[in-house]
Amino acid sequence: MQQTKSKYNIIIIVVLISIFCMYNVVIYTSKECAAPIKLTTKALEGQKIWQNNNCWSCHQIYGLGGYLGPDLTNVFSNPNKGENYIKAFLNSGVKSMPKFNFSEAEKEALVAFLQQIDSTGYYPNKEAIIKPNGWVEILYKDEK
Amino acid sequence: MKNKTALLFLIAALYVLILGTLFGLLASLQYSLPDFLKELIPLNKMRPLHTTTVISWIILSATGSIYFYISKVEHLSLFSFKLQKVHLGIFMLTGIAIYVSLVFGKMEGREYLAFTPILTIPILLGWFLFGINYFKTIRKHVVNWPIYFWMWGTGIVFIIYHLCEAYLWLIPSFRTHFIKDTIVQWKSYGSFVGSWNMLVYGIAIYVMSKIKNDVSLARGKKVFFFYFLGLSNLMLGWAHHTYFVPTLPWIRYLSYGVSMTEWILLIHIIYSWKKSLTKKEKQDNSMAYKFLMAADFWVFINLIIALLISIPAINLFTHGTHITVAHSMGTTIGINTSILLASLFFIVSKVKGEVIMFQKLKKVYYVFNSSLLVFFSVLLFAGAKKANWMFFEKNTSFSMMQDSLYLTYIAFFVFGLVLATSITILAITLLKVLHKAYKKEATSTL
Ligand code: HEC
Repeated sequence: MQQTKSKYNIIIIVVLISIFCMYNVVIYTSKECAAPIKLTTKALEGQKIWQNNNCWSCHQIYGLGGYLGPDLTNVFSNPNKGENYIKAFLNSGVKSMPKFNFSEAEKEALVAFLQQIDSTGYYPNKEAIIKPNGWVEILYKDEK
Repeated sequence: MKNKTALLFLIAALYVLILGTLFGLLASLQYSLPDFLKELIPLNKMRPLHTTTVISWIILSATGSIYFYISKVEHLSLFSFKLQKVHLGIFMLTGIAIYVSLVFGKMEGREYLAFTPILTIPILLGWFLFGINYFKTIRKHVVNWPIYFWMWGTGIVFIIYHLCEAYLWLIPSFRTHFIKDTIVQWKSYGSFVGSWNMLVYGIAIYVMSKIKNDVSLARGKKVFFFYFLGLSNLMLGWAHHTYFVPTLPWIRYLSYGVSMTEWILLIHIIYSWKKSLTKKEKQDNSMAYKFLMAADFWVFINLIIALLISIPAINLFTHGTHITVAHSMGTTIGINTSILLASLFFIVSKVKGEVIMFQKLKKVYYVFNSSLLVFFSVLLFAGAKKANWMFFEKNTSFSMMQDSLYLTYIAFFVFGLVLATSITILAITLLKVLHKAYKKEATSTL
């Protein structure tokens, strides 16, 4: 009796793990659906600088990250901000943001990274449509 | 049977807990005093120090507890004491290397795993050794596993998997596809937390069944049903972190569906609570039991929040605000830390040979819980303000919004300080007994 119970548990686990494996394969191999981008070499350089300096500990992208500074998903395309604005912030040490010492090339790389992120979508997604079942249809970037 | 190494895991865990809360305090100071000590303790240094250290508290205390129960409560002879020692050694050395990496700013990693990625290799090795030791011991000695053995085994396996997954970005084909990369990153974090929860909730059930002397708590269809429900959520229900990352809709939809199965858990909790009102339960007055009760309370509060923020229509507003922090701190402190403290009080009672009574530490216990409640509410409030700013305030800049939260951030720091103090007192109380027990084991020959 007890042996069969264990057996059932193992069967359930095997089923769940099989589903999990298939699910992972699909996610790992999936293509992004909206505004697919491939980061350029320069943007990848920017991503590296972003990681090495832990920009994420204060800033968010798509709302993910720390909350001491603002979200930067769409800072590049913001009509009042953009490239020069971003560059001006980097070495200025405003408020709690550290005073970085980036070279022009490093600034360019960070801007390229932020520009390419910007092209993938919107955050906050202010034109999202809330459905009665609690679902939210988000606006994708290539829809406009 | 002696097991000094298990005690060392627990002693290290408590020191790490004290250190982690201290880092947290310093980090939170940056919110109310952005210019204060900004050069010395900028948030981009303090935050990784804080998160890495407190996560280590959860991991070390859970691991130490499990080693302790197996060898000293269940009296199973461990497959290999040597492997256990090597595991401890690896974790301690890697821990030191991580601090060196963080302090000197060698942080090529990502959020939560900011340290130099290569250090994850020894961490993984430690988990493998733990896994080998665990499965070899349990398989040999236990038939018909009670639920906690399943949970611990699952936790170990899935921690290894998700720790690897968190580093898929090292592969260029992931890193260059920004959206997929982000999704996979947050999938791994969400499921990593789910995996350590398997260890921690298993510990809760274990300690409760030992205190009540009732193994049936860990057997039967119902507990297994909730285990499988939890496992499905661990694997598939992580996407509430990324509802608004423009990925494939089905990934987001599936996760919404899976997360909503947790309502069953909430309804079950309310139902059993109502049932227990009519039945007079035997009250236990040990610290361990009280902390399990506290964890129950925090499960209830946090589950409601988690369920609400898993609804996309609500998540749209709460995501990217301090409500998420309230959720993560509420669960790691309220639920995980309460359970792990319960486990430590239980273990301390075992090594001391007498139960630590609630009366002795009643005040600290209440300070811990009430300061956490205020701390949690302050975060919810700050989050609500930020959500309002994000969606409805057109002419206020980010820094104006932050400035308007000045008093809130002061409260955040002050109640954080009270909370950290209560945690430190509890940790020191436990440390005293554990140090004594360690010395006794070191000098005895048995
Ligand atoms: C310790 C926290 C912190 C770190 C680390 C940090 N920042 Fe900032 N950053 C801030 C704060 C706070 C502001 C907002 C200042 C203000 O508006 O008063 C800001 C503003 C910005 C802005 C302007 C955003 C806007 O919408 O006005 C940009 C761009 C920026 N940071 C980029 C970066 C980059 C790139 C990094 C990493 C190299 C970084 N920051 C690291 C705290 C930080």
